[in-house]
Amino acid sequence: MDDVPSIKAFELPLSVKSNEPVNDEYRLLVLAAPHDILKRCRAGQFFHLLCPQAGGETPYLRRPMSIYGFYPEKGELHFLYKVTGAGTRALASLALGDRLNVLGPLGEPFTIADDWQNLVLVARGVGLATLAPLALEANRLGRKLTAICSARHPDYLMSTDYFASLGADVITLTDAEGTSDLDNLEKVIEGLIADGRADAFYTCGSNRMLRLLQIIGERRGIPGQIALEQQMACGIGMCHCCVRPFNRGDRQVHLRVCREGPVFDMMEAIAW
Amino acid sequence: MVDLSVDISGLKLKNPIMPASGTFSEDLAEVFDLDRLGAHVTKTITRGWRDGNPTPRVCEVNGSMLNSIGIPSKGVGAFIEKVVPFYAHYETPLVVSISGNTADEFATLCSEVSVPGVAAIEVNISCPNIEEDGKAFAIRPSSTHDVMRKLRAATELPLWAKLTPNTGETSEVARAAEEGGADALVVANTILSMAIDINTRRPKLGNLMGGLSGPSLKPIALRMAYQCARATGIPVIGCGGISTVEDVIEYLIAGASAVQVGTATFIHPTIMLSLIDGLEDWLSNQGLSSVKDLIGTVIDGEQDEAVVFMEAAP
Repeated sequence: MDDVPSIKAFELPLSVKSNEPVNDEYRLLVLAAPHDILKRCRAGQFFHLLCPQAGGETPYLRRPMSIYGFYPEKGELHFLYKVTGAGTRALASLALGDRLNVLGPLGEPFTIADDWQNLVLVARGVGLATLAPLALEANRLGRKLTAICSARHPDYLMSTDYFASLGADVITLTDAEGTSDLDNLEKVIEGLIADGRADAFYTCGSNRMLRLLQIIGERRGIPGQIALEQQMACGIGMCHCCVRPFNRGDRQVHLRVCREGPVFDMMEAIAW
Repeated sequence: MVDLSVDISGLKLKNPIMPASGTFSEDLAEVFDLDRLGAHVTKTITRGWRDGNPTPRVCEVNGSMLNSIGIPSKGVGAFIEKVVPFYAHYETPLVVSISGNTADEFATLCSEVSVPGVAAIEVNISCPNIEEDGKAFAIRPSSTHDVMRKLRAATELPLWAKLTPNTGETSEVARAAEEGGADALVVANTILSMAIDINTRRPKLGNLMGGLSGPSLKPIALRMAYQCARATGIPVIGCGGISTVEDVIEYLIAGASAVQVGTATFIHPTIMLSLIDGLEDWLSNQGLSSVKDLIGTVIDGEQDEAVVFMEAAP
């Protein structure tokens, strides 16, 4: 049975180690996870979470959530999330020792090509959560990293200390300081390119950033990858609920975010 | 040892648990050993390439879900080249689900998928999404009979007709499918439904309407499975909202010879394995040596047929 796939995704209940706010909007969920599951995780992958029926919330389908951090040595799996609906409100109710049923790791991870020595992460808000494990991987591979972090207000800038601790140059742009507009972002990125510090882009979470990066990527011949989201049902490729359109050659194709993604070629992605 | 095997018009299954079409694919092989299942049922394919419906294709309602996927299909060529060989690695029989816009196109596809490696063909004469306005062959007895006659002539393989809850003539449609040549009935597909976001006032599905599946569908599909088992002499495969071993047992008692599990797999990908083990334990605890001893054992007394079937007035 050479062609039968090996088991790659696991459904298992994990114990909550902590679930605390990191600022007014975001919370960090830390789960105790088995070493062999954590060893399989890759930056950009996600878990499909069975949010509890708690606090008057009755989420039915699982909720996909990108991995914020995975630490085989500590036995920890981290998720950074914003409370926005029934699923995340239920997640917020989890307390120390509670169990959360997770399915994963799922999806195609980010890749770092051998000749991409200088990586540029560009994200806004919770998009930074998805890119955080990529910073760890870049650090492990000895690549140079610039993290451009955008937010409404300096208080909502997340992960900047984390990126800095991994040796990244961190550039913060905020609405409050009037630095987060696209014209300024373009200047910042062009500056990095002029300094030879941009071999590839990685982004997540912002339509406007995607469009800008595609324009710059096209103009300067710089490749990139994007992590995308879509409503999901099964999370493993069976139901075809989570498709998005992509440009491939001279035609448009629909690909499953859970299976062919969530990480896609930045130039093929279509702004939404 | 409990004998879990069942016989669906000559096709022997090692247990009565199989996936429902559209909620199963080769991808699930990365989660558990697919050879434990009673049958493999593919997502419905069409003859030609289909892109499927606009997104959002799914939304949840209280305790259940709506979908309107629209049968994206790579076409019959890609299916025979890639999908059929994948399942050849397993002992579990492969059931191919097919659909078509016209009876003739449907029959052509039925003939084309009658290839070695395919054990039976599930004919999806009930998908509420494939054509505009949720039309489907299995809403009326006459169109059911016509399409089944053509499908019957197109293949020697067992034909399983998948019926729809979007009909007021369940028993008549079931009998029409049997007379048209169906070897078994799969009861049932999703029921046409709708959900609207009250803040945006837009339907929650890109296709406006879609099929309801999950636990809230179960009493409806169970009633239909019971009606179909009473109305026909061919095996019924229960399908609709099964998520616990008690649900499986209920369908079997109602007269289903096997069951399909769908939406529950989205919540717990390994649930079919739990259902197989749970059914074996339950039968063992009941002192039953074979699942066949449970099928159709509902004690329904001396009911007037009109009450049982609720047929339309002439």
